[in-house]
Amino acid sequence: MSAAILLWAITFAQIALAIAMALALTRMIKGPRAQDRVLGLDTLYVNSMLLLLVFGMRTGNTLYFEASLIIGILGFVATVALAKFLMRGEVIE
Amino acid sequence: MNRIFPHPLLMIFLIIMWLLLTHFSLGQLIVGSAIAFIAVQGMAALQPDKPRLKRWDLLLKLTGIVLYDIVRSNIAVARIILQGGKRARKSGFMTIPLDLRDSTGLAALAVIITSTPGTAWLDYNAARGTLLLHVFDLVDETVWLDLIKNRYEYLLREIFE
Amino acid sequence: MNHFDDLPLWAACLIAAFLFIGSGLTLIGSFGLHRLRSFYDRIHAPTLGTSWGTAAIVLASITCFSMLQSRPVFHEILIGIFVTLTTPVTLMLLGRAALYRDRVENNPGVPALDPPEGILDQSSQTDKSESAQQDDGKPE
Repeated sequence: MSAAILLWAITFAQIALAIAMALALTRMIKGPRAQDRVLGLDTLYVNSMLLLLVFGMRTGNTLYFEASLIIGILGFVATVALAKFLMRGEVIE
Repeated sequence: MNRIFPHPLLMIFLIIMWLLLTHFSLGQLIVGSAIAFIAVQGMAALQPDKPRLKRWDLLLKLTGIVLYDIVRSNIAVARIILQGGKRARKSGFMTIPLDLRDSTGLAALAVIITSTPGTAWLDYNAARGTLLLHVFDLVDETVWLDLIKNRYEYLLREIFE
Repeated sequence: MNHFDDLPLWAACLIAAFLFIGSGLTLIGSFGLHRLRSFYDRIHAPTLGTSWGTAAIVLASITCFSMLQSRPVFHEILIGIFVTLTTPVTLMLLGRAALYRDRVENNPGVPALDPPEGILDQSSQTDKSESAQQDDGKPE
């Protein structure tokens, strides 16, 4: 009984997070401006981090936790670098 | 004491983080303490401004208030997004004059405002002490002004100044 | 999924509820990111996923592994702390970058920097404020 409930909930969460990733990806591709793409990328990173946590629960393996932590750190650094670039890189001063 | 352990809170936090990432055992405690000790020395070499906490009890109260507000604004923003264009909604910028000057307090305010859905911190003018916000559901400016000034800033000034 | 069978029913329901809330909020946030019209509206949408979306999934994971290994497992809380601390930094930087770009291009609907007399009075006295740097970038 509890296994059925959990399996159903985890499948729902995985589907919802996958759709969320797809939506963030469309925002990243569609633009219209560079800051929208960076925001889409940031959301994509957070969503994939959460998806990996749910994967870890499904398999019962704590190794996924480390992967999601690394994705979170990489996403943070990437977004900060890109935002800094938007601030100074493209506009002629 | 201060020479050897310049940032005791940071050191405790690093040890706890190390133990959470590995597992609780005496060996890991020793390794974690050594790493935290070295990291804290590195932090002290940077000579950051030391934040001063005046009121520990109010910090807990603030955390509770912020958690409650995040739940409430989560529901509000989710409802607006799901309702779509059926309801007239006006989002906009607003400028708030702040009396808070402590940099740690300002950082805490930035974290609170940004992590609450519905408000985004855009710019802070350090010379004039004004804050530029973007509000998702700007029905009444005075409500938001009252929220920031009386609910958060008052407590933060009590805690840090 | 044999490793779930020994979980008690209440724990399974709790984990399922947390998962439902967390993934639902994240989905709504990404949907808002997809659907809202202006950038400054869209910057609010991902905070749904990074505040209670993350918190609920982290709580679900903590409950699940604590029950599975029958000892408290807390390391997921690091992800929660990490996301809470880093999201404001990224969103603030992005918002300021967008504001800066819109001001430089003189786009409508963006607040102007400040009344000019304030700049003349005060930003000459300050040396390290970021706003003084931005004054240079604004074409008048």
